[in-house]
Amino acid sequence: MTTEEIKILIEKALPGVKLKLVRDSILVENAPDLTRVAKFLKEDPALRFDYLSSVTGSDYLTFLESVYHLYSMEKKGPGLTLRARTDRQNPRVPSLVPVFRGAEFQERESYDMYGIVYENHPDLRRIFMWDGFEGFPMRKDYEQEDSETLEACDVDWLEKHGVPVPAEIKQKAEALKREGKRAMARKPGDTEPA
Amino acid sequence: MAFAKNVSQVDEGLKNELGKKGIVVTTINELYNWGRRSSIWPMQFGLACCAIEMIATACARYDIARFGAELFRASPRQADLIIIAGTVTKKMAPQVVRLYNQMAEPKYCITMGACSIAGGPFIDGYNVLRGIDRYIPVDIHLPGCPPRPEALLYGLQELQRRIDDQEIEKNEWYQKGLKREYPIPEFGPHGLVPKYNPEIWNPRIEDTRKERYGEPILIGKKTKAPDLDAPPAPPRTAAAQAAPVPPKPPAATPPPKA
Repeated sequence: MTTEEIKILIEKALPGVKLKLVRDSILVENAPDLTRVAKFLKEDPALRFDYLSSVTGSDYLTFLESVYHLYSMEKKGPGLTLRARTDRQNPRVPSLVPVFRGAEFQERESYDMYGIVYENHPDLRRIFMWDGFEGFPMRKDYEQEDSETLEACDVDWLEKHGVPVPAEIKQKAEALKREGKRAMARKPGDTEPA
Repeated sequence: MAFAKNVSQVDEGLKNELGKKGIVVTTINELYNWGRRSSIWPMQFGLACCAIEMIATACARYDIARFGAELFRASPRQADLIIIAGTVTKKMAPQVVRLYNQMAEPKYCITMGACSIAGGPFIDGYNVLRGIDRYIPVDIHLPGCPPRPEALLYGLQELQRRIDDQEIEKNEWYQKGLKREYPIPEFGPHGLVPKYNPEIWNPRIEDTRKERYGEPILIGKKTKAPDLDAPPAPPRTAAAQAAPVPPKPPAATPPPKA
């Protein structure tokens, strides 16, 4: 069954659900419909997409996307890709854990890396990065710290632990703190440091 | 750790002659270091794919036992060599430093592979530590991705040579006031705090990376994303690939030799 035929099947069974074909995958235009669509895909006897192989996030600068890859263990047919889009400021997508139990950790990963909030997820917290990590590192606007320059917090920590810090490093860190700046990695388009 | 070549005071020829008569001439240093270097106990500790090579080195084919380092211990308190085999992520780094601190003196450290030396292919990542030598002292840096088992054996022999060159009277772990516990970094909001320990490691003054490998890949804000609504590029079909190559113009005949 082609993706187009599957799309027609879903539209027939679930009136009111808006779908769109995007490069051989189905985009659920209204993200809150996702649970219904997934439930239908899983339970429909003609489709039986009973295996959610992966949940990923993706950053398209103007919006975030949550991508699902579904397979059918029963029908052994080709897979299906589902997409759901949300805005960047308040990204919210319904969780698929009630339909596919295996989505739990993968949604946590997507939340960890992209900050997409999966609503009704039983335990949504970071999975790879530690608690207290700020920002979502796979987002395209994530700015990485410069790992060669010690900052004021590093100097304080080192002195607290009895490590002598050279005066030059201290001065640099203090200067950064006075300016209220953080040492960040160079970005594409940045000018060469003098 | 400073290493200076240990030169025996006894004449090499005389030693050989006496050896033939069944007399062994040696020094305490030599005897002591021979014992130490011939029974290194590495720690059973692997982080990534380099660990597979380390396991291969310990197995029958490469057989690290030939060099007296076959006893991989699962506890840092029973080991005197830590082979950091694999990528050290920022999340793992505090544990690696803690394990090193728990090892008994005298202890040695081999960083195996590009990742543990400087971050390797993941050097620009947000999650990978750019070399474990930022937090603990390293005796042997062993490059490779991953290094072959032979390379690990070579690294071990190099370490043995260094152990041979130590003098027991001057060894720092027999001196008073030896401070060999390194502060364990903590998780901060953007990475590890501190970023490195300036007592052990400092950034290179001259960064030759650009000279050697060209313009670095800049990390940080990215400004491009694919447009999914645009029609995809036409697939490369077999027919298009097998399109006939336009015939070459006949090669110009070389001018006749004068």
